This record gives sequence, structure tokens and C-alpha cells, in this order.
Amino acid sequence: MGDILAFEGVSVEHRGRRGTSRILDGVDLSIAPGEAVGLVGESGCGKSTVALAAMRYLPRGMSLSAGRVLFEGRDLAAMGEGDLRRLRGRRIAMVYQDPMSSLNPVMTIGRQLVEVPMLHGERDEARARARAVAMLREVRLPDAEATMDRYPHQLSGGQQQRVVIAMALMAEPSLLVMDEPTTGLDVTIEAAILELVRELRARFGTAILFISHNLGTVARLCDRVGVLYAGRLVETGGVREVFRAPAHPYTRGLLDALPDLDRPRGGARLAPIAGTLVAEDRARPGCAFLPRCPNGVPASCGSGAIALSEAGGPGHLARCARLAELPARVAAAVDAATQAEEGPVLLEARGVGKWYEVGGGMTGKPRRVIRALTDASLEARRGGTLAIVGESGSGKSTFARVVAGLAGEARGGLSLDGEPLYGGVDSRPRALLRRVQMVFQNPDSTLNPSHSVGYALMRPLRRLRGLGAEEARQEAARLMARVQLPAELAERRPWQLSGGQRQRVAIARALAGDPDLLVADEPVSALDVSVQAAIVNLLADLLAGSDMALVLISHDLALVRHMADRVAVMYLGRVVEYGPAAQVFAPPWHPYTEALLAAAPRPDPDAPPPEIVLSGQMPSPAEEIRGCVFASRCPRRMEGTCDTTAPPERVFGAHRIACHLEFAPPPG
Amino acid sequence: MTARPAAWIALLARSPVGCVGAAIVLSWAALGLLAPWLAPHPPNRIDPALIAYPYPTAANWLGVDQLGRDILSRLMWGARTVLTVAPAAVLGAAALGTLLGLVAGYKGGAVDSILMRVGDTLLAFPKIILYLIVIARFGASAFNIIAVVTVTQAPIIARIVRAVTLDVKNRDYVAAARMRGEPTWFVLLAEILPNARGPLIVDFFLRLGYTVIAIGVLGFLGIGLPPPDPDWGSMIKESYGTIFVWPHMTLIPALAVSSLVIGFNFLATGLREASEDG
Repeated sequence: MGDILAFEGVSVEHRGRRGTSRILDGVDLSIAPGEAVGLVGESGCGKSTVALAAMRYLPRGMSLSAGRVLFEGRDLAAMGEGDLRRLRGRRIAMVYQDPMSSLNPVMTIGRQLVEVPMLHGERDEARARARAVAMLREVRLPDAEATMDRYPHQLSGGQQQRVVIAMALMAEPSLLVMDEPTTGLDVTIEAAILELVRELRARFGTAILFISHNLGTVARLCDRVGVLYAGRLVETGGVREVFRAPAHPYTRGLLDALPDLDRPRGGARLAPIAGTLVAEDRARPGCAFLPRCPNGVPASCGSGAIALSEAGGPGHLARCARLAELPARVAAAVDAATQAEEGPVLLEARGVGKWYEVGGGMTGKPRRVIRALTDASLEARRGGTLAIVGESGSGKSTFARVVAGLAGEARGGLSLDGEPLYGGVDSRPRALLRRVQMVFQNPDSTLNPSHSVGYALMRPLRRLRGLGAEEARQEAARLMARVQLPAELAERRPWQLSGGQRQRVAIARALAGDPDLLVADEPVSALDVSVQAAIVNLLADLLAGSDMALVLISHDLALVRHMADRVAVMYLGRVVEYGPAAQVFAPPWHPYTEALLAAAPRPDPDAPPPEIVLSGQMPSPAEEIRGCVFASRCPRRMEGTCDTTAPPERVFGAHRIACHLEFAPPPG
Repeated sequence: MTARPAAWIALLARSPVGCVGAAIVLSWAALGLLAPWLAPHPPNRIDPALIAYPYPTAANWLGVDQLGRDILSRLMWGARTVLTVAPAAVLGAAALGTLLGLVAGYKGGAVDSILMRVGDTLLAFPKIILYLIVIARFGASAFNIIAVVTVTQAPIIARIVRAVTLDVKNRDYVAAARMRGEPTWFVLLAEILPNARGPLIVDFFLRLGYTVIAIGVLGFLGIGLPPPDPDWGSMIKESYGTIFVWPHMTLIPALAVSSLVIGFNFLATGLREASEDG
């Protein structure tokens, strides 16, 4: 039997006011029945356009300019609207990143699911309903019958995505297109969804086109993988060959830029890809990656079209003019044990909590207490990095905001160098403001679109260090050099900068007052991996040789392992495990830490599937929990103990685990 | 969304509707500004001799009114009035509304509730009745018209600014400003307000159009600017009784009002279009 989906030299153009640009350029891709093909690349590489072209659903202004898209041997371009409609939803189904944009908020889950078979020829509504319930069970939703009568907003993000997958599978399609299906989800939920997709694929034999920027998820799910850059397929092959022996410099760059979950910090640096993809690169005659390529030679790479050629094994192709001459890939330098000794304690948190009251008053709703953060005792040392990991709702960002003074008054004791750290920013004296600064997560909102980069840097210099206009200008230029930004960007506005550049400005701004403590809340999670690596290196460089302390908030365990000296694992507002990084990443583990480690996607196709997949979801922070906060999801729960009694703290030196389990002390 | 005025003008130039609007408004502004030199006759000169044949002639291009006053000259002087009073009133409303919107949005809680409820109460009154009450009580003058328009329009502008403030105040750059100890007024005026500039400018021109109508209505009701100074609304009022005998006396000032309102609306539409895809 032939391919389910075949792209034959597909090019897609976008015509806009600013002229025509090429989004896809001669993409060849095929998916056999039952096969899972991954498509990776950074933002702007054309991944999503491939997904849309596979359904002939290109947005306005985009059109197929060359090539053919064949679905089960039929040319999509030659089909009429009626044929296409029968195809979409029935033979091809799609799962997008945001489940709420696929679900109708005013219809029950049941009605939306039953609609699928009814639209495709089912006459008996009761039978359609029975199938819908069965499908909800297939996607492992608890209490399928009750879920049928719920509205989308009554489900969690992970449950919503399960419903979308159920809806996609209702018509028993032969191809499932998934565009970043797990990107907005927490790692434990992501792991569960990926497991579900693997199971369903084995059961229904559905072919999958899986689009993701996350190499780890592709490695876990796919048989073959294609790497896109600037609309061109630069490498394709079996997932093992591509991940084990990447041939194209871009693929190598993507893999090398990732921090390694299984390797501790030791002064090693990540290998970022230089530069960013700019619009001119798309029109480049030769290799679009040339300006960023470490191995590029303009004479051979920039002259003409480059064909895909065999790289290593059969079916493993790469589009590189210098494939034969590329140096062998060197593994990142082995960690020298150069880890600097941590200095004295700078920030000390003792039983810090932050509770919010909602409802009551004129809102007409009952007054409830939201426990965003409870009883956190942590310390950050000079010259070291304290990392806080956990999923959304764990309270890690609340801790960051309490330290930064953005959450107002908090409970418990917080001190900086032994002196109490006042509650909110509005009550902190300027000298204290200067000492604690913050880098925010979202590069789109970290800078005011109304102010230039230079202004954003000069203002804190004048406020916090009391510099005059001319001094501030010179110092701003020095700051920009320190974060490796070209001086001419000072005149630019934020929208003229790339995400990575904006984040560098944000770091420079935080450094303006020469702080003692830098709080970074997910500083790289919104950036592409290649840019991420550069920012991580920058932070490491800034810390090395200074006695500044960094509090790093992150959901990315690999990043934490790479950067942290101390790690706190948080769940539902509580610190469940805390200690030096080496000890937290080695057993004994809190069951939640263990689950997080198992769930973290690794860019390794041979990594075993996670042994522990957490089910259920985090309880609401408004619930009062008498036992262990993790008891409702813990795979090692002891009934009668964990759900009734608060866990004791198991202490192994500097390492603390809040759990009822008896742990054997670590060796040594 | 762009920041500099020059950029706004460049954006406007890309929108045909906006250009038409700008042309209409600028023509009236030029006529009003140059009225002392361009107007063919003194606007208040009564010439009973002309009433025998009030229609357009070589000497009086748009004819004369029921007292024999030159309509074209009165229109030009009237443009002067309406183009001073309307912008002054809307500027006043924008200043007051912006301040209230910023404070309500940023402070939230009780301050927000009180300010917004007071605004709602004001909006719940039919505007024209408010105008009547104020003018009847304090007398008809340019200042009173400006004051009453300022007070009645401010709540609407406050809502626009409040909406932007609610959105922007939780952005990270506002947190960054607070972390360097910026005073509240600085956060409001330098960090939040510039982001409301786009919607405010569009609304400003729309609102100018409405205010031109409002001033016309006040004139028509006889509580506009005191006579004998020319005012488009009073021109309509003074002549509408004879609309079937001498239609031009009523229709010409009515067309003047409409054209200026349309000009402001087109300008607002053009700016919005330009800022949306810019």
C-alpha cells in the first residue's frame, strides 16, 4: 500500500503588502500507513504551514506555488470542496496546541463528540453517543459518562487535550496531524498525553504527523523525523539515525544547544547557534543556514541549490553542500570539576507563605483562601544558583514574586544578608530595591513598547544608582556590551528586536543597579532552543566571578540540572524536596521529583518510556489539605497515612525530603 | 502601533478614507483660520436690501440669510467657533477622562468602583438634558459649553483608558518600573499611558465629530453661543421656519455641520485602519 500522505516538492508562498516571501521551499515528505513522522525546527521554520498544507487549509495570502500534496494517492489541489470536506475530519484529523481553540465553549463535550459521527453518515444518535463514551474511555478520561455532560472550561488543560484527541479519533482517520499538542502542558501531563498517543497509535494504526519544537517529545513518539529550516527540509531520516548521528550542522546545533538532564553542572557551557533566522535568508540561493553555520564556506554553500544527499545510513538524507567535509561531531567537553564553592548565605527564607483571599465582599461569592505558597524555607548563597522547579500552580513563581517584592506582604521571615527583607516594593528603601532585581519570563511584555532600549536601561541606572544623564548613557552602553548586544540597538524599540535580544536587554536592565540577588522567572522558556542556550551561557558568565546569587525559577529539569547549585522541588505551594543539586538529582527522591524526572522529555530515541506516569491533576490551592499535598496523585501513597497526616521531613545532611516514606540514606 | 507623530502622518497617508477626512477637516480649519482675511463680507452686517433676492449671486456666493447677512462669511466665522470650542472641549474631556481612567484602572478596588459608578451615573442621563440644565443655570457661553462637554464625555474616555490600564498594569515592564522604585505618577504617565495612545487618538477624532454635532444641537436649541456671533447651529435654527421658501439658508449650514462630522469620522477611520495593519 502506498503512502498516506506525500509532499512532492511542495513550495508555499505568502503574498502580502510587503511583497512575496517563500514559506516552504521544495518540501518532500512521505508518511506510510501507521507511521509517525516528526517535524522539528524553530519558530518561523514553516512547521505549521506543512500541517496546514497537508489539509489544503492554507490561510489567506498563502498559496501552493509548486509541487503536489497527495493524500492516499490523490492530489489535494485537484479535489473539489465537497471531496475536501469529506476528507478533513474523516480521513485526516488535526490536534492543535491550544485545546480551548478546538473546543466550542458553549457546547457540552458530549454534543461536540457526537457531532463527528453524525456529520460523517451515522444516523443513530444513541449509537454515536455510545461510541463517544467509549472513545473518552480510550483517552483515559476518568468518569467518561459524566464528562459527556461537562463544558470544556470545567476540564483541566490536559483533559481538554484528551477530549480533542478523542474527537480527532472518533472518525477513525488514517492520518492524525498534531501541531505542538503538548506545548502548553506541564511535563507530567505531557508525558501522559505522549503515552496515550503511543498506545492509541498501536491500537488504531493511525499515521501521525507530529510537529514540535521539542526534540524530546519527537524522540519519544516518532519513527522518522524531518528537520525544517527556513522552509526547507535540511535533514530527514529515521529518528535513531538523526538523533544519534545528526549530519546537518543545523540539526547538530539544535541537539548540542540542549542542556543534558543526565549530566550535572560543572562549568560546562551550552553550544548555542549563532544569530537568528532573518527574512533575507529565505531568499538566499544556496543554504539558508549559511550565515549561522559554523562550517559554512560561502563559495560552496552560497552559490546554488543544494540537493538532499545520503548521510550515513539508508533513508538518512541531509541538505548540506559540505556533507563529506564536515568535521566529526564532538561531544561537548567532559565536565571539568570546576564547580565554584558557594559563598555565604545571601537570601534566607524561613517559613515563607503567601495566601490570597478571594470572593467575599460585594462579589457575592464565598470568601476562600488560596494558599499560593506555604511554609517555604530555602536559602540562596552568594555566587550560587538556587533553582526552584515544579509545574504550573506549584508556587514557584509566587516565591519569586515574594522575594522580588511584587506580591506585597508575605508570611514568614525573609532576610537578605541577615537583614529583614521588607514586604512589597513600595515599602522597600531604594538601597534595598537596588540589591534585588528580577528577569521576567515573557520577552514580549518585559519591555515597554513605548520606550527605546536605551531608555529602558538608563532609567534604572538613574533611579537606582543616581547617575546623571551622560553617565547613565555611558553606563547603559557598557551594560549592553556586558550582555553582548551591539550598541546601535540602544535606539531601537522592543518590537524591532528578536526574543533573545529582548531577554538580553531585560537581563541588562536587572543588572543596572548592580544587584546582589537576581531572580529569574523562567528566563528562557519562551525562547527557541538555540537562543535559549546563548542566554543560559550569558547568565552563567555573569554569575561566574561575581558574588551575586541567582534564584532561577524553571519547569525545565535539564536546565536546572545544568545551572543549579541548590534545587527546591515544589508542589502545590510547598517545598517537597530541597538540597544540593547533586543530591536532589540522585536517589532517594521524593515521589514527585521521581515522577518529574521520569516525565522530562529526553532527545534520545532509546530512552526508556517513563516508568511513572502521574495520573489526575493538581488539587485546587483553595482546598484545605490535611495530609501530604501530593497524596492525591502519588504512586506510592499509603492510604490512611499520607492523606491524613502532614509528612515528616526526612533530613540527609543538607538534603530534605517531605515524605512519609522511609528512605534508605544515600550511600557515602 | 507606532509612537511618533511623523509616523502617524505617514500611516494616514496610506489610507484613502483618512486622506479624504483630513482634507475636509483641514479645509474647514483653513477657512476658519483665514476668515478675517478671506471672508467677503463682515459676518454680522445686516443688509435688508439683499433679502429681496437672497439666493447666491456674484457678490454673495452662497446667498444671504433672512436678515441679509452673507452666508459664506458666516460659515467661515462659524467654522472658527466650532473648531475652537470642539477641540477645547474634547481635549478637556480627554485630559480628565485619562486621569480618571488611569487612577481607576491602576488602583482598582473601591477607588475603581466609585469612579466608574459615578461615571455610569453621568452616562445614564440623556446628555442633552444635562446640557440644558447646565446652560440654563450658568448661561450660554463658550466656556460653559466646553465645561459641560468635558464632564459628560470624560467617563467614556475614562473607560477606554481604564481598559488599557487594566491590561497593561500587570505587564512585566510595569513590575520592572516598580522594582526600581518609580513613583506611581511615573508608572501611570510614562509606562502605562503611552500604550493607550493608539485608541485615544482614534477616539479623539471620533469624539470631535460628536462634539461638533452637540454644539450644533445646542445652537439649534438656542442655548449655544450667544448671538449675534455666527454659529452653524443657530444659523439652522434661525432659518428653519422658512425652509420651504428659502431652503439654502438652512441646508447650507446643515451641510457644513455634516461635512465636518464626516471629515472627523473619516479621519478616525483612516487612523484606525492604518494603525491596525501598520
